[in-house]
Amino acid sequence: MTAVVHAGPETDLASDADVRVVRRRLGPGRRLRFTFWVGPALLLAIWSLGSATGVISPAVLTAPWDVVKALQDQWVNHDLLGNILSSLTRAAIGLGFGVVAGTVLAVVSGLSRVGEALIDGPIQIKRSLPTLALIPLFIAWFGIGEEMKITTIALISMLPIYINTHNGLRSIDGRYAELAETLELGRGEFLRQVVLPGALPGFLLGLRFAVTWSLLGLVVVEQYNATSGIGHMMTLAGEYGETDVLVVGLVLYGLFGFLADSAVRLTERKVLGWRRTLEN
Amino acid sequence: MAPHLGELTATPPAVRVRNLHRSFSKNGGVLNGLDLDIAPGEFVALIGRSGTGKSTLLRALAGLDREVTGYGQITVPDAVSVVFQDSRLLPWKRVLDNIILGLPGRDATRRGTQALAEVGLAGRERAWPYQLSGGEQQRASLARSLVREPQLLLADEPFGALDALTRIRMHALLRKLCEAHKPAVLLVTHDVDEAVTLADRVILLDDGVVRADVRVDLTQRSPAELRAFLLDQLGVETAVHP
Repeated sequence: MTAVVHAGPETDLASDADVRVVRRRLGPGRRLRFTFWVGPALLLAIWSLGSATGVISPAVLTAPWDVVKALQDQWVNHDLLGNILSSLTRAAIGLGFGVVAGTVLAVVSGLSRVGEALIDGPIQIKRSLPTLALIPLFIAWFGIGEEMKITTIALISMLPIYINTHNGLRSIDGRYAELAETLELGRGEFLRQVVLPGALPGFLLGLRFAVTWSLLGLVVVEQYNATSGIGHMMTLAGEYGETDVLVVGLVLYGLFGFLADSAVRLTERKVLGWRRTLEN
Repeated sequence: MAPHLGELTATPPAVRVRNLHRSFSKNGGVLNGLDLDIAPGEFVALIGRSGTGKSTLLRALAGLDREVTGYGQITVPDAVSVVFQDSRLLPWKRVLDNIILGLPGRDATRRGTQALAEVGLAGRERAWPYQLSGGEQQRASLARSLVREPQLLLADEPFGALDALTRIRMHALLRKLCEAHKPAVLLVTHDVDEAVTLADRVILLDDGVVRADVRVDLTQRSPAELRAFLLDQLGVETAVHP
């Protein structure tokens, strides 16, 4: 019997070998740089074009350049920076409380039946109560100062954290708990090594919601007796019919929301590198 | 039936099971009064048809049978380690961190690195589990068990999901590791050849009791004879005539 060895065609391997790069045929494809700016930039372009050609009348929506002028005016004459900072501080403090509370409650309710019985029901009830309807009650409880505002934002941002962390935690493969038992992990170690990292994708999704919801909460709470903040600025503008200032506020909200969400998504990609998903 | 090694020697067995009953429902038991001894350092393969209680026995020894009713006596060593059919590496931990998961002591990293080298995965410490092939993942899970220096290694069809070539390599690796570390081993498998190749002793489970208990002594019986005998016991018609 003769063995036949099939030799490949004689080519210069070094130059030919890596020419054909196989990509996944289905799925979003290769990641491109700066692509997440394309959508917002396109939106801005349409807005500018509409305003310049007169399709969008200034009565409907202020032109981008007039918004820039109003922004300049607010910055120079009305302490826009102070407003931004006090708004962001409120949102950040509220968000901080909300994130911690939501995570702790989700872990307690996710890991113990007693905790679930005590916590999950009230949270689901809170979910169905409109925050707007709660504010008068909070005003009665906490007054109209910062406590009310921060409590409201904390409660708003706690919900998505709770729901998504709880869901992520409960979706952890039960076989990992079995493994933890055979490795004789203690409760604390089980929590740190298995539960928290396993629930992290859910938590981060919750964080994306929480970040934007905390900004939404600002608009509402800053209508009440605020002396500073973007919401305060917009409330005043609404009263005086300054639509250009209103749009400045909206643009700022949109920008903060977009930047915050991008930051969370970037974190997501960094800390969830262990996953092989369509994302990376 | 060959006498148990534990009854011949003075050393107490590593595993001692007496009159073990386990059932999932009231109608019929999965294990019906099973007795089993495994000597220290002995490699026992457990075979049997599907549903004969192989995994139930292994899970009972591992202390993982919480949802099952039953009674009986089980004595196992303090250090027991389980190798599952899936490698069960935590996907969010790098390979080395998976190996030393829950391992106390300052030198855990050094021991983990050493165990990885022993299973042929030196240099893959920082890899994510998904970056390993199926065989490599199962090697890593072996390393995770070995680094704990178990006196009893329980393996539930650990090579069942691997391709034939990888399985042969894993057989050699497992034998080498067991000779080096000398744990008692209970290997659940559906593969008679695997049982004969690896084990010192093959136990055949049927209807929740030990149907056959055969020492793999190649001076007495050839692998082919042993294989034919076991397949016959399993109710499989073989074309092999001695």
